[in-house]
Amino acid sequence: MVIAERKPIAEIREMLEGYRKVLVLGCGTCVTVCMAGGEKEAAILASALRMAEPGKEFVEATVERQCDREYIDGARADAQECDAILSMACGAGVGFTAEVLEGVRVLPGLNTKSIGVTEQPGVWVERCLACGDCLLSLTGGICPIARCSKSLLNGPCGGSQNGMCEVDQKNIQCGWQLIYDRLKALGRLDLLEEIRPPKNWSAAHDGGPRRVVREDAVL
Amino acid sequence: MSEGNGYKSGSRLEKVLAEGHFAITAELGPPKSVDVAVIDRKAGFLQGKVDAVNITDNQTAVVRISSIAAGVLALQRGLEPVIQMTCRDRNRIAMQSDILGAYVLGCRNLLCLSGDHPSFGNHPSARSVFDLDSIQLVDMVRAMRDEGKFQCGEEIRNGKKDPVVPPRMFIGAAENPFSDPIEYRVVRLDKKAKAGADFIQTQCIYDMPRFKQWMAQVVDRGLHEKVKILAGITPLKSARMAMYMRDAVAGVTVPDELITRMEKAEDPTEEGIRICLDQIEELKQVPGVAGIHLMAIEWEHKVPEIAERAGLLPRPSVE
Repeated sequence: MVIAERKPIAEIREMLEGYRKVLVLGCGTCVTVCMAGGEKEAAILASALRMAEPGKEFVEATVERQCDREYIDGARADAQECDAILSMACGAGVGFTAEVLEGVRVLPGLNTKSIGVTEQPGVWVERCLACGDCLLSLTGGICPIARCSKSLLNGPCGGSQNGMCEVDQKNIQCGWQLIYDRLKALGRLDLLEEIRPPKNWSAAHDGGPRRVVREDAVL
Repeated sequence: MSEGNGYKSGSRLEKVLAEGHFAITAELGPPKSVDVAVIDRKAGFLQGKVDAVNITDNQTAVVRISSIAAGVLALQRGLEPVIQMTCRDRNRIAMQSDILGAYVLGCRNLLCLSGDHPSFGNHPSARSVFDLDSIQLVDMVRAMRDEGKFQCGEEIRNGKKDPVVPPRMFIGAAENPFSDPIEYRVVRLDKKAKAGADFIQTQCIYDMPRFKQWMAQVVDRGLHEKVKILAGITPLKSARMAMYMRDAVAGVTVPDELITRMEKAEDPTEEGIRICLDQIEELKQVPGVAGIHLMAIEWEHKVPEIAERAGLLPRPSVE
């Protein structure tokens, strides 16, 4: 899922300057799971803002997803009564809400962090960089692009020690140590002997904004 | 320059190693401003005392004069540069362009590195590149030299009717025998050799037993015959420095014995040099070690003394 984190209240208040009535719009999917922008978080933020900004009016609503037109349409009536929407979705949701509900100012309430997983309750970590050309078959299911701080493809740099990465020896595991351990357990260390060629980054964002088309689903 | 003489690049370092001399390389960090007097000073200490000098590439991710520009200044001052190139700041287009540029300016040795992560430097908010990794960089420089091709496969020539004129670099890489996973380190060295590395400079060695263990694995795989291994040494200036190297530098281990030696020393400078000389003597005996890489950080003026007392002077002349 997409992992996000709420922006600091001070930054949100600054963005809201000049607006009288604001719709705090939650999103019911990824950011609900990572406890950043779901119905509950929208309610908590709205009540915090009511206390901090007594001169403004705050309305709450949450849609299933802010990355699909029909769900965003469900918030149109609420939005039309407001002069700004504080979207609690990921960056894609914020942008798409602004596109669908044209004419209303849409502001981001979250910082979008990564594509990741719930490592343990309350801890979400990055696991995919959406490089567009998945190579997990070569690395035992552990992604060197996402989990190595340098995205190296041919093994660990000299900064790997005791399983940790030199960039943050307390919190970041060395992705290549994980890959090594996994492949060893799988009896596939041979995969680490081969030289991996330079990656085709044009499948990533470097090739320009990406588009996926399924002809059979296009109307 | 090198065509027809049997050398890959014709650099002094390549010739010294090819003739089987115990090589010595040093390091020269470019300054952080356009005041280059420091290069004059450091070059004065190193000239004639070492075979080549590594010119670091924005080491620890701190902005300095570019390694190629400083390498050319070193060349003009009678030193042979080893241009360090990291994958951190440039994509494959910029790296190949800089390799062509370095070559036409007279640089013949290139050390291919991943590069310290920007989080350690003075621009921690910078975007890091890492389009290639160090092994892919080695392979690219080798293909440029031996196949006359860019990474994309295109030939290195101005036009279809023009001759292929590639940059011919003596290719170096680094290896850290002390970082993890320890069992994978020699495999990774093997990959660097296969990719085309001609020489390796190691991370600085304090834990001699562990280094010897690693070298034994290197020799077992026959890698010392494919790549020349230069053992990294950083002389200790004080007990404090020894503890700093142990605690703060990832991938460096300093045995307690050395720290005690430095703590007890009446003259830490002399003790540091003695330890360094002991290490050089020991390294000369390790099978597969072709020389040393002396990283005397802000201690360049001690390099002549260390080289002299280690019996490494005068440096051999090569043609």
